[in-house]
Amino acid sequence: MNLKSDDPGWNRRQFLARSLKAAASIAAAAAAGLWFHDSKGPTQAANRQSETGRLDFSIGGLSPKMAIVRGGDRRATLHAGLKALGGIETFIKKQDRVLLKVNAAFASPPMLSATTHPELVSEMARLCYQAGAAAVVVTDNPINNPGSCFALSGIDAAARAAGARVYLPYVDAFKPFSVQQAKLIRNWPVLLDPIKNINKIIGIAPVKDHHRSGASLTMKNWYGLLGGRRNIFHQNIHTIITELAMMVRPTFVILDGTVSMMTNGPTGGSLTDLKQTNTMVVSTDQVAADAFGATLLNKSYRDLPFISRAEAAGLGTADYRSLNPVELSL
Amino acid sequence: MRIITTRRISQIFFLIMFLWFCVVTTLGEQWWQLRGWPVNWIIELDPLVGLATLLSTRTLYAGLLWGLATVVLTIVLGRFFCGWVCPFGAIHQFVGFAAHRKKSVGAKVKLNRFHPAQSLKYWILTFLLTISALELTVDLFRLPATNRWIWIILILAVLTFGAIKGLRRYRMNLKSPAIIYAGFVILWLLLSSVLKNNQTSAASLQIGLLDPISLIYRSFNLIVLPLVDQTALTLSAVPRLYAGAGLIAAMFLAAVLLNLVIPRFYCRFVCPAGALFGVLSRFSLWRIGKTSDDCSGCHICEKNCEGACSPTTEIRFNECVLCVNCLNDCRHGLMTYQTAPSATGVISGTNLSRRQFLTATISGAAVIPMLRVSGSLGSNWNPAVVRPPGALPENEFLSRCIKCGQCMRICPTNVIHPAGLAGGFEGLWTPTLNFRIGTSGCQFNCIACGNLCPTAAIRPISLDERLGRNRYAGQGPIKIGTAFIDRGRCLPWAMDRPCIVCQENCPVSPKAISTREVFNTIETGTRLTVATADTFYVEFQNSGLEPAKYTTGDYYCTISPAPDARRRRIVSNWERGLKVEATIPFETPPPAGSLVQIQIRLQTPFVDPQRCIGCGICQHECPVSGKRAIRVTADGESRDRDHAVLLRG
Repeated sequence: MNLKSDDPGWNRRQFLARSLKAAASIAAAAAAGLWFHDSKGPTQAANRQSETGRLDFSIGGLSPKMAIVRGGDRRATLHAGLKALGGIETFIKKQDRVLLKVNAAFASPPMLSATTHPELVSEMARLCYQAGAAAVVVTDNPINNPGSCFALSGIDAAARAAGARVYLPYVDAFKPFSVQQAKLIRNWPVLLDPIKNINKIIGIAPVKDHHRSGASLTMKNWYGLLGGRRNIFHQNIHTIITELAMMVRPTFVILDGTVSMMTNGPTGGSLTDLKQTNTMVVSTDQVAADAFGATLLNKSYRDLPFISRAEAAGLGTADYRSLNPVELSL
Repeated sequence: MRIITTRRISQIFFLIMFLWFCVVTTLGEQWWQLRGWPVNWIIELDPLVGLATLLSTRTLYAGLLWGLATVVLTIVLGRFFCGWVCPFGAIHQFVGFAAHRKKSVGAKVKLNRFHPAQSLKYWILTFLLTISALELTVDLFRLPATNRWIWIILILAVLTFGAIKGLRRYRMNLKSPAIIYAGFVILWLLLSSVLKNNQTSAASLQIGLLDPISLIYRSFNLIVLPLVDQTALTLSAVPRLYAGAGLIAAMFLAAVLLNLVIPRFYCRFVCPAGALFGVLSRFSLWRIGKTSDDCSGCHICEKNCEGACSPTTEIRFNECVLCVNCLNDCRHGLMTYQTAPSATGVISGTNLSRRQFLTATISGAAVIPMLRVSGSLGSNWNPAVVRPPGALPENEFLSRCIKCGQCMRICPTNVIHPAGLAGGFEGLWTPTLNFRIGTSGCQFNCIACGNLCPTAAIRPISLDERLGRNRYAGQGPIKIGTAFIDRGRCLPWAMDRPCIVCQENCPVSPKAISTREVFNTIETGTRLTVATADTFYVEFQNSGLEPAKYTTGDYYCTISPAPDARRRRIVSNWERGLKVEATIPFETPPPAGSLVQIQIRLQTPFVDPQRCIGCGICQHECPVSGKRAIRVTADGESRDRDHAVLLRG
């Protein structure tokens, strides 16, 4: 409207109507202002509520068992090891949904043994399906580029060939998580999405030298479930490895010492870093598996403080002989 | 089917193909990932890329030969590339159409009227090509100096000419061809003795800034696809980031939004490739034109004229982008595509004046030498610019890189980024490594970037060459830089905290990062005097230790005066005592009154520059996340011997 004051169209009624609209606008503005008014300002960042608990996938009522099989053929030693513990059926039931936590940390070929051997992944996945598993998922949060790691390590192809699904750590896959009684894993992003709907977890780790902690074995393998800026945990490596073992109680672990990385770990990079040690360990006690694994690196569990600390936390025994492990040679 | 429908189908086809090639430029084995798709084809079809690199490198690299096909077709058909192929042109055409569709016929005709400033693009083309051709031109000028025979032939020719003219008792005339010729020869000889070939005049390539194909690839690779990644339609496992992408986005948006002012603004006023096609179409065999001059001059043919080439009057066919809208719009069926010139006349040749051409040439010739007075290619090179593995030495690199962003898109770890001004104005948007972004540093086993680079600014190296294996065992792996530890920021070096994440992640074998074990005494806040002790336990006279603080496995204790010189690992501690590891008991327990010191065992990292390849995985993983405590600079990169740090051998 473009009315002038002397236009006949301009009258009191119009003025009142306009006043009403003005009043409504003022009221709306005031209401909005007061509605959103915050007299205190932001306080310290509120902690996101994180899930607290443990990822316990161990089989209840089963006493700790361990098998140590000597031999160079991964499939054969794995079969023998599982058989010695009562067969795969002891662990994997029909319709189980199984997660294989591999070590795919580096974009490096299987020959260099810096990652879980693809043969072991496909064989384990196949066995799970044989036992009636409904689904097998393979995952890790690697250090190098995830896609490249799974592709170059051969794990991606091996898993898919056996019908398992590879879960790459997408950003949304991590959820804040706290481990009961833990100091470090408090409200920390953990790769929980692939574990959703899972009821069995199998850790599959190679035997590797690790300069900071002394060795990278089955307990250290759970590092690959951490997200965020996890490298800061290296300041307290033995505590974080202990807490990782607290976080995950696996169905069982496989420690692949067919080839061990003796030096330049955990990346390796050369065949001269490797040694043929021809040993496969299958164990429901990850502490015992690691204590034995230390010997493959010519170390004692006493050289690896995280083992004693895990034992002290009641996560297993460092004296693996007390489990009367089945020892076989193929 | 109407001809404009055919043209639209062609445009949509090439636009979709362009988008598809952008999407598949990602490493992987899926059918929609890079596995033989000819993702560089549209870049290679652009003859400006071929011509400019030909001038700057004197070679036409691999697939750039495709540009020849476009050149031949342009000479035959005119600027078909602009109207039928160019994906950027299709975007401009669509945006221009959408923005102006509701305007009256008169207003549309006005928008599409020829504007004298359309000569600007020829100006830009001349400027950019002169930059590419500088080194070549200097070499040509220097021919007499570098080639004795040319010198002698020139002198002889002048003398013979002079002698003949002298014998004929020719009157001196300053405008006679002989005098002008002699003047040129003398000028040439002078220039050849004055000019020097050096890094100041070494070839550079800047067409990538404005070349439409480079521009649209850069914009989609670094802006549009990373935005798609942020939605549910993820193309990469980890969303992609690109440092300094804002400026690229601003340029892309400006180019697209200028269509709201004038349709196809970029094509008419800016596009150097369009200008090249304009020049090439000068002798084109087929042209748009009128069959007869029986024309009422209604200007309806200019209503949708994409090139603003005045088909109503004298058609400027070097501006005509062959949109063929006029064929459709003319109500009298006068417009056609024919070999004969338009019945109402043609204007052939560009409207670039000789003065504009000279200005563009001179400024183009001057700009790179002016920039290089900074010494950026010599002693003042910037070590912060770490180039991808296989990148040529900097001056050759700058003579090839078209800033298309293909290497940044394909890089599986997202470590390659467009450089800002770190590499100088010349190096704007060239690839540089940013180790703070991405999923890890430059992957040891990867050669993707060099094998994708359309101009070989990054050479297509083999894995063997990168890793220094087999045939290349003698020269060792390709180094892109060297890692340096900042001892003032490093946790073990400066803060008595164990760490060595860098050592752990170093991918070479033997590792380029080694450690030395040191034990530093910790300030506990209290004086720890022994009250009682036995084989494993030490009890203090005073309390004050924080319980369980020293039980991480990294703390040790020593006693003075020393009963023995051994350090013992602490396995547990409480307020007034501690327990040592079981393997080394105290044979004679320390007597009351002796002092206990708590020490932390540290492994301090060292870099061996001989082994370090500069991959930056250490920098990426360093837990000091702001300014990293270990950082890679281009020092020691193998592409330039002058950047070496170590003696050879």
